[in-house]
Amino acid sequence: MTTEITIELDINGRSETLTLDPRVTLLDALREHLGLTGTKKGCDQGQCGACTVHVDGARVLSCLTLAAQAAGRPVTTIEGLSAPGGELHPVQAAFLEHDAFQCGYCTPGQIMSAVACIREGHAGSDEEIREYMAGNLCRCGAYPHIVAAVRQAAEMAS
Amino acid sequence: MKAFTYQRAGSAEDAARLAAHPGAMLLAGGTTLLDLAKCGVAEPDMLVDIGHISGLDAIAVDAGGATIGALAKMSAVADHAGMRAAFPAVAESLSQAASAQLRNMATIGGNLLQRTRCPYFRDPAAFPACNKRDPGSGCAAIGGVTRNHAVLGTSEACIATYPGDLAVALVAFDAAVRLGGRTIAVEEFFLVPGDTPAREHAIGPGEMITAVAIPASPAARRSTFLKVRDRQSYEFAAASAAVGLELGPDGRTIRDLRVALGGVATVPWRCRAVEDALKGTLLEPESVRAASRLAVEGAVAQADNAHKIDLAPRLVARAILSLGGLA
Repeated sequence: MTTEITIELDINGRSETLTLDPRVTLLDALREHLGLTGTKKGCDQGQCGACTVHVDGARVLSCLTLAAQAAGRPVTTIEGLSAPGGELHPVQAAFLEHDAFQCGYCTPGQIMSAVACIREGHAGSDEEIREYMAGNLCRCGAYPHIVAAVRQAAEMAS
Repeated sequence: MKAFTYQRAGSAEDAARLAAHPGAMLLAGGTTLLDLAKCGVAEPDMLVDIGHISGLDAIAVDAGGATIGALAKMSAVADHAGMRAAFPAVAESLSQAASAQLRNMATIGGNLLQRTRCPYFRDPAAFPACNKRDPGSGCAAIGGVTRNHAVLGTSEACIATYPGDLAVALVAFDAAVRLGGRTIAVEEFFLVPGDTPAREHAIGPGEMITAVAIPASPAARRSTFLKVRDRQSYEFAAASAAVGLELGPDGRTIRDLRVALGGVATVPWRCRAVEDALKGTLLEPESVRAASRLAVEGAVAQADNAHKIDLAPRLVARAILSLGGLA
């Protein structure tokens, strides 16, 4: 029997108190305990990027982060990206405009990664975008449109 | 995943006290440890989270060298202007490793301690034999699919490749690991498998990496990290080379040279034979290519990895020549 722990998470500006098994990842806490299913589970072993969220403003993989590790640190998920009125984040709008997806499963991770990539200043050229977005796989192969969307959003942000 | 309890350490002393608990393991970024716990390779009873200890993530670079706190993130070191100027090979080894997300999570101390990507090691359910996981059980890799296994530093017991990039650059520039009060050269920190492949580091019970120190040198300042992979990015090295070059006042005589290989050996592999053959000689393509072959002296190929023995010296030669402006 595992002893459950009680932790307080800061998710998209809301405080959430959870009692859970210490093995629960941030990804499973979001999806299974908080009903925030926008963050996707792809490989669950840090190889695909579908579970990308921001912790302390930095893009990380929620499948390789324990929920307990994130306690006390602000977490932003795809659900927290749009404006309070529901207006799309510029990166979300650019993905729509450029049709930067096919099945859409990797898209929340791509968008969270792209927002950080632009903020880090690593979206200066197509080559740089490809390198710094390499941690997000798209099995449909929508990469050319993803690069175009990130480039446009980066140009708008600068 | 086996059940474990979770504790947060408030200080290094706190971590040492908690880590004394049987079955306890230290958790920093978690990118290796949680992955291996999911694979069933790591089976901690207690995780001691050291990721919230303050003051262990500083990066300081001065004329004497660099000191990097064990909890500094890979991305912070890769992007650090002082590191990029004084130790380009070290910064490049980090920016070419993993993905942006993983570099934001993984720490410098944890990076050094990452375990091998040998697929037989990582899959205990399908491959019970692994001397690294279970001493004396045998090696499922020998005679198996060995494309990414080591050709240097192997033994009858283990041919698993050390997967990291950073440690390769560190070993080239005589860096040291601080274990609290004790300091040990990175080159001595990593242990070749011999007949005890389960013991990978010269780290003792109750010890924790607190910092990495790299002495400044002209060769470190003029250095590069070349990494060849099966895909362009987000991949472990098929072979990598950390090389530093110092030329004499004539701009042609090799005054100092540092060479280390990754992706081909069981530990980060310093190539002193190449360094000794070229130091004091004129920088010329022919002699550089000939001496670079010494990098794989003593290499032993398995069924699928003989290409590494050709690849590694070419990488070394290309790195030396490009630093010298000849490639």
